[in-house]
Amino acid sequence: MKRYLTFVWDCVRLSFVGDWRYHLWMTILTVVALLGLYAYCQQLVHGLVTTGMTDQVSWGLYIANFTYLVGLAAAAAMLVIPVYVYRNMHLHDVVVFGELLAVAVITMCLLFVTVDLGRPDRALHLFRRFNFPISMLTWDVIALNGYLLLNLHICGYLLYCAYCGRQPARAFYVPFVFIAIVWAVSIHTVTAFLYVGFGGRPFWNSAIIAPRFLASAFAAGPAFIVLTLQIVRRVTRHRVTDDALFTLRRIMQVAMIINIFLLGCEVFTEFYTDSAHVASARYLYFGLHGRSALVPWIWTAIAFNLLATFLLVLPASRALRTLNTACVLAIVGIWIEKGMGLIVPAFVPTPLGEVVEYFPTWGEIMVCLGIWAFGLLLYTIFVRISVPVLAGELTYEKRYGVQAP
Amino acid sequence: MNETQPGQGGRAGDGGPQLTRRGFLRKGAAAVGGAAAVAAAVSPLRDLPGDDLPTFEKFFQRHYKEMTPAEKEAVLRRVEREVKEREGVEVRVGDPPPLTGVEFVYALNISRCIGCRKCVHACVKENNLSRSPEIQYIRVLKMEKGSIDLETSDHHYDPPVVPEHDSYYMPVQCHQCKKPPCVKACPVEATWQEPDGITVIDYDWCIGCRYCEAACPYWARRFNFAAPEVPAGQLNPDMGYLSNRPRAKGVMEKCTYCLHRTRRGRMPACVEVCPTGSRKFGNVLDPDSEVSYILRQKRVFILKEEVGTVPRFFYYFDERGSRYHEPIAPVEPGTADGEAGT
Repeated sequence: MKRYLTFVWDCVRLSFVGDWRYHLWMTILTVVALLGLYAYCQQLVHGLVTTGMTDQVSWGLYIANFTYLVGLAAAAAMLVIPVYVYRNMHLHDVVVFGELLAVAVITMCLLFVTVDLGRPDRALHLFRRFNFPISMLTWDVIALNGYLLLNLHICGYLLYCAYCGRQPARAFYVPFVFIAIVWAVSIHTVTAFLYVGFGGRPFWNSAIIAPRFLASAFAAGPAFIVLTLQIVRRVTRHRVTDDALFTLRRIMQVAMIINIFLLGCEVFTEFYTDSAHVASARYLYFGLHGRSALVPWIWTAIAFNLLATFLLVLPASRALRTLNTACVLAIVGIWIEKGMGLIVPAFVPTPLGEVVEYFPTWGEIMVCLGIWAFGLLLYTIFVRISVPVLAGELTYEKRYGVQAP
Repeated sequence: MNETQPGQGGRAGDGGPQLTRRGFLRKGAAAVGGAAAVAAAVSPLRDLPGDDLPTFEKFFQRHYKEMTPAEKEAVLRRVEREVKEREGVEVRVGDPPPLTGVEFVYALNISRCIGCRKCVHACVKENNLSRSPEIQYIRVLKMEKGSIDLETSDHHYDPPVVPEHDSYYMPVQCHQCKKPPCVKACPVEATWQEPDGITVIDYDWCIGCRYCEAACPYWARRFNFAAPEVPAGQLNPDMGYLSNRPRAKGVMEKCTYCLHRTRRGRMPACVEVCPTGSRKFGNVLDPDSEVSYILRQKRVFILKEEVGTVPRFFYYFDERGSRYHEPIAPVEPGTADGEAGT
């Protein structure tokens, strides 16, 4: 127990130590996170009226970001599968980075849901009356928190073992790794079902949403990790091989192609049928009754996704620079598509046919940026700690000169 | 960030045991700066209205369905006290139970409705709906003649006189569905269906996630994006715990068929005010009630039947023409007239 506390204390200390670049980066993130906190406090005082949401468009940027991030969190499993299922050891060293990403991102997800609540002071009501299994939201609460705990356990256990300088016992983490793989699929499926199950929202009421969620998550997640790993190997001594990056590239290739294919299926069904159901899709892609706030966004997303897919399938993306471009395009494209492109149009027109557009306010944007900054802050700290610990540079023995019992 | 490692001899700045004075001052300054920044970030909370912070009593208040009669009584009196303190008005907050053998339904005659919106405003007054920001439970749609496509409806018609030529009007409010998707959606069971068919909300239990609002196919639910404002002089003092008592910022609300009236034998405010008699309300389990007659005799339809929520809100229209035709023999199947003869 004492050794565990020492471990936690060393982690805390370590997160304050670094060169000037590290301190600058952390300071910027802290400032943005605090600005977000400021904006959120404003929202607490005045209510959600500080956001751009209305009774017509009752979910906005918060839920959009939440949806995107659930996908990013599921990406951790994308790293784990090749290693543990297919024994592809290129990725072995980077699995922990993926799972730490999942921890940071799920934390962000939970924050995004919390800031969206009208009465966060009553969040504990979830423990007192839980509408399970009827409400899909309760499924999501279980899925997300369970995934958080699973990943916390796996990463925490591996890091702690490295700190103690002993070999991790497979029985203590391998079963959890396999549960986490299935769970990663479940968090995304359950989040999709959150939207899919309502007859009153034809735009969401489609079986293709869940598979599309998974496909885009399998693309955006590895894209994010490709970029992160390159930063990690540049600023730390941790070695990440190009092979690991190219394995991720292959995952992205397949996922992006499937994602675009499913998009095509969806667009065809909506527009060829051309029934009353198409109203939301028409609003999204072309505008409705002269309102077209989302049109530039979605076409940007489609252009980015197509370009990213094109780059990824070309041999040219074996060059890191091209690969990175494709990754950035995919991350941004999917963020727009999963966020603004999936959540907002379902509310336009309203079930009674009213067309009211949604424009996020600055306060709302600040809260979102604050949560992103906080998430990056967490992830930076995680990486900062795990690199020396996994490399065996920071162990109980080295620290206190005693062999851990 | 790979230069300094703790545990390798405590250099200045890494928090090792040999703390220098300079390092100490620098850290102290950083800590003070950090604390000041956090304090600045949470500074808006100073303006948090006092009644926004839940008291011990409110924080641990139980769900409506779990309260004992004594607890419920205490809560009703507390709400009365709070309104008195805040608005200086004496009000009575009751909690009339659902009546046995009663299932309320609503029938609305769209051939009579002239779109005057008197129902909208009577509802606002009766139910103490926020005037700023404006919340209304009833939305009257002006429909194009010959179409029932909601997307072509006009929500914001504003002519000098109604009705307008070549249009008809379709008021929409909560349909009190028998299979309510909003109740399914709620993660904390803050909204449920009562035995008399009315879907209600415990405003003290709702966490404000707005999932029910996304679920409703009739756009019948409203959210308090800001603290609701009702001028004290216009407050309706006859209040029900599950209906028109004051709501807080950040919770959902909806039409309750005026249950504080209807469970005591009165009509909903919207029915009472309607100048054309388009609105009918009553107990569908009573075969002699007006609504039972309408459901049996009139041409009744429900909005969005395809979403399968089985509403307790019916639209109907008067028969004109068809009944004046002399009876004729239907066309037999397989004759020259084709399959139309049924």
